[in-house]
Amino acid sequence: MKFRIYRYDPDKDAQPYMKDYDIALEPTDRMLLDALVRIKSVDDSLSLRRSCREGVCGSDAMNINGRNGLACITRLADLKEPVELRPLPGLPVIRDLIVDMSQFFKQYHSIKPYLRNNEVPPDKERLQSQAEREELDGLYECILCACCSTSCPSFWWNPDKFVGPAGLLAAYRFIADTRDQATSERLDDLEDPYRLFRCHSIMNCVDVCPKGLNPTRAIGKIKDLMVRRMT
Amino acid sequence: MALPTRKFDAVIVGAGGAGMRASLQLAEAGLKVAVLSKVFPTRSHTVAAQGGIGAALGNMGEDSWLWHMYDTIKGSDYLGDQDAIEFLCRMAPQAVIELEHFGMPFDRNEDGTVYQRPFGGHSQNFGERPVQRSCCAADRTGHAMLHTLYQRNVRANTLFFVEWMALDLIRDASGQVLGVTAMEMETGEVWIFHARATLFATGGAGRIYSASTNAFINTGDGLGMAARAGIPLEDMEFWQFHPTGVAGAGVLITEGVRGEGGYLLNKDGERFMERYAPTMKDLASRDVVSRAMATEIKEGRGAGKEADHILLKLDHLGLDVIEKRLPGIREIAKKFANVDPVKDPIPVVPTCHYQMGGVPTNYHGEVVAPANGNPNTVVPGFYAAGECACASVHGANRLGTNSLTDLLVFGRASGESVIRFLKENPGHKDLPVDAGDYSMQRIARLDGQTGGESVFEVGAEMRRTMQAHCGVFRFPDMLQSGVQKIKAVAERAKRTEIKDKSKTFNTARVEALELDNLIEVAVATLVSADARQESRGAHDRADFAKRDDVNWLKHTLWYRDGSRLDYKPVNLKPMTAQTFEPKVRSY
Repeated sequence: MKFRIYRYDPDKDAQPYMKDYDIALEPTDRMLLDALVRIKSVDDSLSLRRSCREGVCGSDAMNINGRNGLACITRLADLKEPVELRPLPGLPVIRDLIVDMSQFFKQYHSIKPYLRNNEVPPDKERLQSQAEREELDGLYECILCACCSTSCPSFWWNPDKFVGPAGLLAAYRFIADTRDQATSERLDDLEDPYRLFRCHSIMNCVDVCPKGLNPTRAIGKIKDLMVRRMT
Repeated sequence: MALPTRKFDAVIVGAGGAGMRASLQLAEAGLKVAVLSKVFPTRSHTVAAQGGIGAALGNMGEDSWLWHMYDTIKGSDYLGDQDAIEFLCRMAPQAVIELEHFGMPFDRNEDGTVYQRPFGGHSQNFGERPVQRSCCAADRTGHAMLHTLYQRNVRANTLFFVEWMALDLIRDASGQVLGVTAMEMETGEVWIFHARATLFATGGAGRIYSASTNAFINTGDGLGMAARAGIPLEDMEFWQFHPTGVAGAGVLITEGVRGEGGYLLNKDGERFMERYAPTMKDLASRDVVSRAMATEIKEGRGAGKEADHILLKLDHLGLDVIEKRLPGIREIAKKFANVDPVKDPIPVVPTCHYQMGGVPTNYHGEVVAPANGNPNTVVPGFYAAGECACASVHGANRLGTNSLTDLLVFGRASGESVIRFLKENPGHKDLPVDAGDYSMQRIARLDGQTGGESVFEVGAEMRRTMQAHCGVFRFPDMLQSGVQKIKAVAERAKRTEIKDKSKTFNTARVEALELDNLIEVAVATLVSADARQESRGAHDRADFAKRDDVNWLKHTLWYRDGSRLDYKPVNLKPMTAQTFEPKVRSY
């Protein structure tokens, strides 16, 4: 199977370049990550992140034939050859398919991604109805792979100012949690021309999310809450 | 060459469930702690746990920590230490409640309490009937738990060193542990982390087998480091083969599927677990279910063209239950097995999943090793928790859900022990003059090696050897030849060569260093397994079909030096409860 892979090692390359590979696969190689592991067994200099190989750790996000996704759950049979692989767009490249995700995590951290509740907790669990808990479905499952934020033009232009879809999804995850008491502080923090309102609902994030989540809807709900508290 | 040095009160290696539960304890106590992780914390393998956390909350009906304790001891085939198991089961409810307070999105009951599902080997009233004890968030419990712990650490301002790989343990002449050497992957720089206390939470080494549910990063780094520093590894012959890995892919399908009412079928459509475990059936403990499946396949009742797998049926649960309780499983089955479990059964086989053995500790998370006639002498300044540690709460076979309980309970306990030790031992002891030399020699060897074999080839040979010689069923001739083979592979691993010599994010170098750790674990496993002449829990020998409490109710200790074995007694004395005497085990 044929691949064209973005290569750049700052130790020796003046410029990034695309390298072609034609690799014999085994019948057990079903996912793109299987092929990458096979390529790495003959060219150990190819650098990428990978871990769980089942789409839950979020390590191996990359740009696959022009679209962000996880290599470990992308079927080889579904890919057009030569399969063109590039690092996630919009973030600085460290080497080959490995990007510097500092900016992405900085935005995630900026929304204070933890439960805020200053009451002394009860001896038992805090109660939450099944309906209240269901509000968290579609929010808590995010794996922080960055497929969404790095497919978002608003994040490309303002990665330092726009929280981005992943961070905003996390913000709404806590706003929607009945156990969290910081909704108004969270809304205050996002009421900003950049942090929230750079989202123009073009829905690239929804399109690429490998977990089938919908950050645009979460962002819409945050915007609704803001409008509602103004009126 | 003197390496650059950073100084901390404590250094924690590993940012999975155990590492981050411990770091939270230390960061909230205001201590200067560094957490080193090969991957961004939420990518640690805890993220892949699915089914739940075992704790006798009693939300679904009557339950007690004593029943949980009995189940865990029985599950361990009586090899678990009963003081540590009592501690685990007594502390479990509090650990889960704490996690809920941190924001964990547990599933709920109608009354708003945490939902609990049935799980293998967990019973009411000392084995009478299955009990609902597994606290879960759909089938993504590990993911929800790991993210919650990371989030709580963000709140506590924990200092993470992300994509740093620890290389070697630093001990002084007295044996006290003074930190680790570690490599920053992005730059290739090696530093000394000089710490008053060092805690390993490095996870398991399931990647020694070719068919494994484990992530690529599960390379036993803590075990390799401990073994090279002269610390023995305990009970390494005990590896859990999870009954339901997707056939061919190895990806895990949670036992929660059977907890929610799914069951296993052979090619004749027979629910064969009824024959092997009349009371608990498909919810017998994992060693029992995996052996039953392997027996069905061996005797020609496997499903599929090659008669090489078993079918996991869950379509009768209905779309609603599957979507609500097992959505991740449906996703995995569609992606990796090409079946939609709403309609068709999932092809599964027993797959290497969990390492019961590890770095020996007591239930405070203090690492212990034989010295001056005491097999459990504390190694000063050294702690371990989670899958890399052997407390031993899992003995010869771990119960499902007890791994996450272990991470929470012993992550916290080891953190508390570190805090106590730091109070009693102010100030850093001096580093030995040669601290760091060993790590630099290993890296220089790799950089200078020519004419060696590829890491991939040697690693593949190791995995094949383990798979063929030390699987679900073990045979004396295969164990003996396996020991010779794996020692030969270990020799080859000393001469691995990498072509990539770059300083920047050199993953070839990382994989070579990981192989050094895997090899220690693989040798320890085969040597320990060859020596244990009985069948107990996950260790099943054709030539010694029965458990032998007279000669083998004891823990194995493997030393890297000369691949020497030693043994120490099992602690049958709980903290407060009465001893559970070894009995014949049936489900």
